[in-house]
Amino acid sequence: MIENRPFLNILTHLVMILGIAMIAFPIWITFVAASHDPIRMTQVPLPLLPGDQFFINMKNTLFGRGLSGTEIAPVWLMMLNSLVMALSIAIGKIVISLLSAFAIVYFRFPFRMGFFWLIFITLMLPVEVRILPTFQVVADLGLLNSYAGLSLPLIASATATFMFRQVFLTIPDEMLESARIDGAGPMRFFWDILIPLSRTNIAALFVILFIYGWNQYLWPLLITTDTSMTTIVMSIKQMLESAEQSPEWNIIMMTALLAMLPPILVVVFMQKLFVKGLTETEK
Amino acid sequence: MLKRVHFPPSLLPYLLVAPQVAITLIFFIWPASQALYQSFLIEDAFGLSTEFVWFENFIALFKDPIYVETFWRTAYFSLAVAGLSMGLALVLAAFADRVVRGATFYRTLLIWPYAIAPVLAGALWVFMFNPTLGIVAYALDAMGIEWNHKLNGSQAMLLVIMAAAWKQVAYNFLFFLAAMQSIPKSVIEAAAIDGAGPLKRFWTIIFPLITPTTFFLLVVNMVYAFFDTFGIIHAVTQGGPANATTILVYKVYNDGFVGLDLGSSAAQSVILMVIVIALTVVQFRFIEKRVEY
Repeated sequence: MIENRPFLNILTHLVMILGIAMIAFPIWITFVAASHDPIRMTQVPLPLLPGDQFFINMKNTLFGRGLSGTEIAPVWLMMLNSLVMALSIAIGKIVISLLSAFAIVYFRFPFRMGFFWLIFITLMLPVEVRILPTFQVVADLGLLNSYAGLSLPLIASATATFMFRQVFLTIPDEMLESARIDGAGPMRFFWDILIPLSRTNIAALFVILFIYGWNQYLWPLLITTDTSMTTIVMSIKQMLESAEQSPEWNIIMMTALLAMLPPILVVVFMQKLFVKGLTETEK
Repeated sequence: MLKRVHFPPSLLPYLLVAPQVAITLIFFIWPASQALYQSFLIEDAFGLSTEFVWFENFIALFKDPIYVETFWRTAYFSLAVAGLSMGLALVLAAFADRVVRGATFYRTLLIWPYAIAPVLAGALWVFMFNPTLGIVAYALDAMGIEWNHKLNGSQAMLLVIMAAAWKQVAYNFLFFLAAMQSIPKSVIEAAAIDGAGPLKRFWTIIFPLITPTTFFLLVVNMVYAFFDTFGIIHAVTQGGPANATTILVYKVYNDGFVGLDLGSSAAQSVILMVIVIALTVVQFRFIEKRVEY
């Protein structure tokens, strides 16, 4: 602090609290809605304070048959699907990016720069701009309604490759020289030196990519037609549609809460890694 | 780029890049080239024959008043989202920069919307503003404002802008705060000794020094508003009422998957690709010139 200004200090805390109230309000309302019984959730005005049905709603949402009159998978299954998708995207991206960054930094081979630019181009082709043809490719490969179809098309990553390239470039050349004198081959060097040295970067990237994978929406929406393969993030949309007929908002909002819980927990409890990952992948 | 010391040439590097390159070719390059190719074709109504028509799809698009309108609507939408979320984040970061006690606590509570999927953000906001039940709609009604985003196009637009900006505040806040904290304290102390008050210091020292971050965030926010807000719009308005919230990405999806107009959808994809490439180039040019303190 530069100087002591009591009024400004009070204003600072006031603004911060106001900002947090604004940011947290929608989440609070979701939590409140998830803790009341269905009848209370049809009476205007809706409550602003939580009720006592939170755990009953959670149990009914997770293991019940979901909303009445809808054909959707149980919520626990959708959460499992989301988890498998998020983990395969995060781990897949990290593994293939580590390998290709290793090749590009530590080997001289024909077409090296060609491969580098090829990977770079993926940065400019988000799913949204090539949805139809990508869908056709995945359909032709018979990957619709499968975990592979959910994750494979999303695991090419230019940003992760760039980040690992940056990390590897900061590792001193002496490491490689001494490893080679000790008789280590390339893969030995990769496993025993590069991976341990980039451990925090891998963890930080994992946090970001897990959130990215968990929150995928458009792609799962296109390629899953089988209800047993739907992800929890997708299911909200179907629930909102059925809310027109049967407004069981306590169940819908509980599902929304369960859908946002894993990534929020990751952000809150791994905040340091999260901030590191966020700022580093953008460089 | 390449290490001075490296491994002798062998087959290994090709095997190492193979997975990444294979996925890039199969799921990125091939579909993108297909989109490019299809954008030059017109398919008849029954899908029986196709005709190569060069740029006719593109010309048709830019002659189509609905598409041109969507174009401008997207520009308005993304500028509004970027402006609103960056403005809020800037104010919060400027104050958070002053906080000595409880800084981590405040930061934790401000960043969690980043973790929420766009479609969920949309669901939360549409629930609060539900015309018959929503708590905010109820409060607005008590104040004499009739809220119905299902009928009123500008209210629908306002709702998706608010939901999209709300989700992005966390991201902008983190970057603004990091930029402000990297400004040397001595610069600000010198200004304080010269008698500049907090507001004056902000406008003449802090704000100019974080300009690179501001530009970077502007590009990132534009990309976000262009592409990542699909879920919000799909959950909140489905592009309606009467196309009032249809942005370019939503139109590609709608024309391609719902309307099955392949040529036009592909041409729209190509236009979007050009926009992403332009934004990416701007972003990278700028990052190279990033100011170091």
